[in-house]
Amino acid sequence: MADLSVTFAGIKAPNPFWLASAPPTDKAYNVERAFRAGWGGVVWKTLGEDPPIVNVSGPRYGAIHGPDRRIIGFNNIELITDRPLDVNLREIKEVKRRWPDRAMVVSLMVPCTEDSWKSILRRVEETEADGVELNFGCPHGMSERGMGSAVGQVPEYVEMVTRWCKQHSRMPVIVKLTPNVSNILRPAEAARKGGADAVSLINTVNSIMGVDLDAMAPAPHTGGKGTHGGMCGPAVKPIALNMVAEIARSAETRGIAISGIGGIETWRDAAEYIALGAGTVQVCTAAMVYGFRIVQEMIAGLEQFMDEKGYARIEDFSGRAVPNVTDWQYLNLDYVVKARIDQDSCIQCGRCHIACEDTSHQAITAMKDGVRHFEVIDEECVGCNLCVTVCPVEDCITMETLVDTVDKRTGRMVDGSYRNWTQHPNNPMASAKLEPAE
Amino acid sequence: MTDAPDVRPGRLAPGAYDQAFADLHDPFDGHEARVAAERCLFCHDAPCVTACPTSIDIPLFIRQIATGNPLGSARTILDSNIVGGMSARVCPTETLCEEACVRMHEGKPVEIGRLQRYATDALMASGRQPYRAGAPTGKRVAVVGAGPAGLSCAHKLATLGHAVTLFDAKDKGGGLNEYGIAAYKTVDGFAQAEVDFILGVGNIALKTGVRLGRDVTLAALRADFDAVFLGLGLDATNALGVDGEAVSGVEDAVGFIARLRQAADLSSLPVGRRVVVIGGGMTAVDAAVQAKRLGAEEVTICYRRGAEQMGASLYERELAQTSGVLIRHRVRPHRLIVEGGAVRAVELMRTADAGGKLVDTGETVVVPCDQLFKAIGQVFVPTDLDGAGGLLELSGGRIAVDEDRKTSLPDVWAGGDCAAGGRDLTVVAVEDGKRAAVAIDRALRPAVAAAAE
Ligand SMILES: Cc1cc2nc3c(=O)[nH]c(=O)nc-3n(C[C@H](O)[C@H](O)[C@H](O)COP(=O)(O)OP(=O)(O)OC[C@H]3O[C@@H](n4cnc5c(N)ncnc54)[C@H](O)[C@@H]3O)c2cc1C
Ligand SMILES: Cc1cc2nc3c(=O)[nH]c(=O)nc-3n(C[C@H](O)[C@H](O)[C@H](O)COP(=O)(O)O)c2cc1C
Ligand code: SF4
Repeated sequence: MADLSVTFAGIKAPNPFWLASAPPTDKAYNVERAFRAGWGGVVWKTLGEDPPIVNVSGPRYGAIHGPDRRIIGFNNIELITDRPLDVNLREIKEVKRRWPDRAMVVSLMVPCTEDSWKSILRRVEETEADGVELNFGCPHGMSERGMGSAVGQVPEYVEMVTRWCKQHSRMPVIVKLTPNVSNILRPAEAARKGGADAVSLINTVNSIMGVDLDAMAPAPHTGGKGTHGGMCGPAVKPIALNMVAEIARSAETRGIAISGIGGIETWRDAAEYIALGAGTVQVCTAAMVYGFRIVQEMIAGLEQFMDEKGYARIEDFSGRAVPNVTDWQYLNLDYVVKARIDQDSCIQCGRCHIACEDTSHQAITAMKDGVRHFEVIDEECVGCNLCVTVCPVEDCITMETLVDTVDKRTGRMVDGSYRNWTQHPNNPMASAKLEPAE
Repeated sequence: MTDAPDVRPGRLAPGAYDQAFADLHDPFDGHEARVAAERCLFCHDAPCVTACPTSIDIPLFIRQIATGNPLGSARTILDSNIVGGMSARVCPTETLCEEACVRMHEGKPVEIGRLQRYATDALMASGRQPYRAGAPTGKRVAVVGAGPAGLSCAHKLATLGHAVTLFDAKDKGGGLNEYGIAAYKTVDGFAQAEVDFILGVGNIALKTGVRLGRDVTLAALRADFDAVFLGLGLDATNALGVDGEAVSGVEDAVGFIARLRQAADLSSLPVGRRVVVIGGGMTAVDAAVQAKRLGAEEVTICYRRGAEQMGASLYERELAQTSGVLIRHRVRPHRLIVEGGAVRAVELMRTADAGGKLVDTGETVVVPCDQLFKAIGQVFVPTDLDGAGGLLELSGGRIAVDEDRKTSLPDVWAGGDCAAGGRDLTVVAVEDGKRAAVAIDRALRPAVAAAAE
């Protein structure tokens, strides 16, 4: 049976499923329940300096729902913990004592002065917590006060604060990154330079979830006025996966421990983050939507997957997909696929046809010999995958790789050769030399 | 069989009628409607639209529900089918749009009928009238029969600017919507509310209690109006073909249903303890199920062929069966057993299929009954048209019409059940009326244009 235990930035946990710093980790009561449910660790809700911040008493959350009210995107304008620092510290200490095998990481956010960080680190150390996570990501409220993403967006600050924390504490330091930047590598590099043991990402994405067209105000709003919040949940996963992969494959950041966060709901989501280089994953929205019990599915599912693939430990597949993430210019332009519609499972909705006809390459019929019939015209199909994505029937349309046949669209023989943009005759900058994919 | 026949009112406890005749399908609430709407794939050249006799843009109206615009959705429906509210309730969708729905491949179609009802109900509840009479053309059209065909024709003509006089022999409009459709399919006086809504477009004068052939002649209408549309429906029923049908306890199913639909108090309506319904169509099922719901203990539908040949759809048959109605196949009425002038039983002859031909087997079976309803089809009675001097061509006993629903007379159109080639469905009658109106408009337009010059 697969062993899910991890040692992440020196912190041990029975499994890689941690709760992200957020409401589920704001109190001993919740964290105890989480540990009983099976979570491998928690990042305690971000602590700040006293006096505690004040939250709005109006709606904190908004959401994008799919059919049947499934939450696809989740949004919040909550600040860091609104409970006194000593109450939180006392509870952290008690809980860690009762659950010594679970990872207890404390998230922190204080003003950008060395003294502020120094003094809070000293107090956290007394709790015997396993590590700290620096919240450089919160994009609302706190950022207006020069904290959270206001720090995370300036690589020099990230490096400076990380360095202070390493200097004034013996604990492992995880730097939590904001996705609200144009290039995630800059703050990640800064964290590494500052001596961070790990990065975690992503925090939430700046967002307005909708507009109340009666009130003519953002929805939800606080008595008629709204502010942007931070979005998370399944919708942000693709954004986060890309950022994780960028850090995992960049020469400057490669090798730093990564805790993957964003839209993780199932074992499969977690496995994808791990395949792109994460050592642990953190979850917030899914726990808030379904309760702590979901971790049981995650644990069982990941074990089953690892057993099936023969991975004994998380490290065995962590980062395995990273070498296959490359730049566009290294993609094989000689690789050709054609759509194939399985006539037995086709339900004749015609969506593939209209999508291709109206917006793409006119490569799918609607009629054949006078009857409704959807079939790919190889002479026109560019293999774009649009029909596959719009087809409502799973696996009804698939992409067939051409091998040793003529591409009827271009008349060119597809013989398994490799030629990327750097070598392509249409590229004015093409070098004759073959640059292999990384 | 010595007891008196047991036919009496009040078989149910006083409060139980509302429950027994409650809405057959619960209407969707907003959330259910959106979930159901999300299942629609917004098909290209959608098969459901092709299957709809009135060609409602189904994917569009469903998308409008999904996006929270039920009133716009209703408008999409009503533009193609002004009787869309009743159609949503009575259409055998399982053999029309929903049968064609591509989601049938997974066994469960998009619930088009219920979604249509959701949208049209929302419009009715809003009290809004989205239609207005068109700019007056100065032309006058007589529409005879205020059933689905006549209402549809009149409405379309009014929106096109023609002045319509709508005649009906009965004292209420609606045709079979008011007198024929099963009570649990159209609760809370919906039929009349819909008639009012349709007439709300303006420029339609409804004249009830006027019977063509009795109070007015076709020749007179042709003389007084620029065009005439006949939406007369079917007036008579087929005979059983057995001796002594005119006995107490034997009645046309449509007559029974009409009495039921018009009863102010269902508990005053007599029904037999044992009821036999002869026939295999929608009317047979409606009569049987409603008799059962009135409290009849044993209700048997007797049909001369097999289940597959029944006019009633699988859904209707199941409705009968789950309502506790017994369906006997391959039996035809052979002889009525009458005592003291009242029916006491029916002797049925077993039939067999001999190469597509129905033959008697010689074996008979007797089913006791206190009441027997005939539901073996209605026929068109052309006597009302006598004034036309036999000019109106018939085909198969109904009025012959072309694609435009034009009759053999140049200024007379016809549609709905009275016209040949239809399917005896509400929605088909609506389409006929609509098409005829468009054709009438086309015929009258040049004259309108010329007069304006
Ligand atoms: C019991 C029963 C149940 C049915 N259930 C369904 C169902 O569930 N779903 C479905 O789709 N279809 C059903 N049908 C069929 C459907 O009701 C008809 O196809 C539809 O009503 C036909 O519309 P129409 O306008 O042609 O005729 P009708 O609805 O019959 O209307 C004809 C109108 O013309 C009037 N009229 C007749 N003669 C004259 C005259 N000489 N002068 C003036 N007025 C006249 C009548 O009073 C009547 O109002 C059912 C039919 C019956 C009998
Ligand atoms: C209500 C709410 C409050 C949050 N508060 C914090 C916080 O105090 N500190 C922090 O680092 N991240 C905070 N986050 C961000 C989450 O820890 C996490 O990074 C983000 O929600 C993405 O993960 P998910 O998609 O699993 O929710 C919060 C998120 C939510 C929804
Ligand atoms: S066939 Fe079904 S899925 Fe397709 S448009 Fe019609 S209702 Fe929607």
